[in-house]
Amino acid sequence: MNFTNFGRYILLLKAAFKKPEKWKIYMKAIFQQMEFIGVGSLGLISIISTFIGAVMTLQIAFQLVSDFIPKTIIGSVNRDSTILELSPTISAIVLAGKIGSAISSEIGTMRVTEQIDALEIMGINAPGYLILPKILAGITMVPMLVIISMVLSITGGYLGGTLSGAVSPTEYIQGITTDFNPFTITVALVKAFVFGFIITSVPAYEGFYVKGGALEVAQASTRAVVVSCISILACDYLVTGLML
Amino acid sequence: MIEIKDIHKSFGDNEVLKGISGKFEPGITNLIIGGSGSGKTTLLKCMIGLHHPEKGSVTYDGRDFTQLNTEERIEIRKEIGMLFQGSALFDSMTVEENIMFPLNMFTDQSRSEKLDRVNFCLERVNLEGKNKLFPAELSGGMKKRVGIARAIAMNPKYLFCDEPNSGLDPKTSIVIDELIKEITEEYNTTTVVVTHDMNSVMGIGDYIMFLHQGKKFWEGSNKEIAKTDIEELNDFVFASRFMKAAKDKF
Repeated sequence: MNFTNFGRYILLLKAAFKKPEKWKIYMKAIFQQMEFIGVGSLGLISIISTFIGAVMTLQIAFQLVSDFIPKTIIGSVNRDSTILELSPTISAIVLAGKIGSAISSEIGTMRVTEQIDALEIMGINAPGYLILPKILAGITMVPMLVIISMVLSITGGYLGGTLSGAVSPTEYIQGITTDFNPFTITVALVKAFVFGFIITSVPAYEGFYVKGGALEVAQASTRAVVVSCISILACDYLVTGLML
Repeated sequence: MIEIKDIHKSFGDNEVLKGISGKFEPGITNLIIGGSGSGKTTLLKCMIGLHHPEKGSVTYDGRDFTQLNTEERIEIRKEIGMLFQGSALFDSMTVEENIMFPLNMFTDQSRSEKLDRVNFCLERVNLEGKNKLFPAELSGGMKKRVGIARAIAMNPKYLFCDEPNSGLDPKTSIVIDELIKEITEEYNTTTVVVTHDMNSVMGIGDYIMFLHQGKKFWEGSNKEIAKTDIEELNDFVFASRFMKAAKDKF
């Protein structure tokens, strides 16, 4: 995003956060978006998290070959990398692809088919009606998905490690319960909150200002995913740097 | 009444509107006509605030739209109904939800009152019983009629139609034209229709403003349009073989 785009993005967010015309209608839209973002992504996040957890355990076990390092470390490393980095960031990048492209193409199509103009002519704050419910759903559902992802990833690590014999159940459980710092959960949730905001607001911006037709909507979708992913990684570094 | 004065609008170096003025009276069908690229849709968008003119004013019954703040503009927009070229129905909503949408947003009516209004509007456009269909299940003409039903749901004082006949067969076009005229006369709305369809011009053009290259070249009624000696207007009016044949015959 150059500065002009960033300025327009901020102005769009300002318009989106104006007082809604009728909360009842907005609430309905918020719950619909929560279902789409949260329930609709649950399967994908579950599968990805379980497998990443399993693979992580195998790879950590493969790298820790020294007899001086106890195998309980496998559980500890898996737990911390899952909570601090893999669950929030991988989930966010996957969701940016799934949800970001859907949001961008939905709003972009509404723009090119004059549905957004129709909202504005009716006297409705189009950014508020279209974008605010998505952002509110994003910042609530992405942290929930990340919590589920953490649980499944650590469980996946247990299953992967024990089924392959890389680590025993006792060693793994001892590893994930030793020296646990609850602050890592806070860091992960802050990340998830920020990522939820990015995943919904950046694609909404890209879609809202589309000009042209089907080709431009597709290009906006691609741009939305790319910009969201880069923003997620940049914010990941920032939040980690600030909180740890 | 809507009055526009000296409207100028440019996109980059391209000056699309070059000082257009005119008055659109209530209870009659006002048409803005002109060839492609003449600036008629841009003028319509300037009138409803989707484009901001660099110069000039748009006055709705004494209220200068260009000078109002956002909240005041929203109040005027609640009095506007608009039929878009592509109908602009909300894809994710049924016909009933589309028409009920402005009622849900801006009124405190009960569900049964709103449903009565929806059914009345659907009846008015001859689409009774189509409440539960989605826009994707409708033909082009039906979409336009649902668009009109949604536009009149809030009893608008001002009705705007952007190319209401584009993509429709001649018979359906006449149905849509007649519907617009009936609604205009019945509710005394100030109706502005942008079109380049000569059937509409001859059928419902009570007041016609002809634009050419961003300027107003002529204004008058459908009874006068075929009798002018303005070359640009005659080129437009008699471009169709049918109109040319009619002129040669009579």
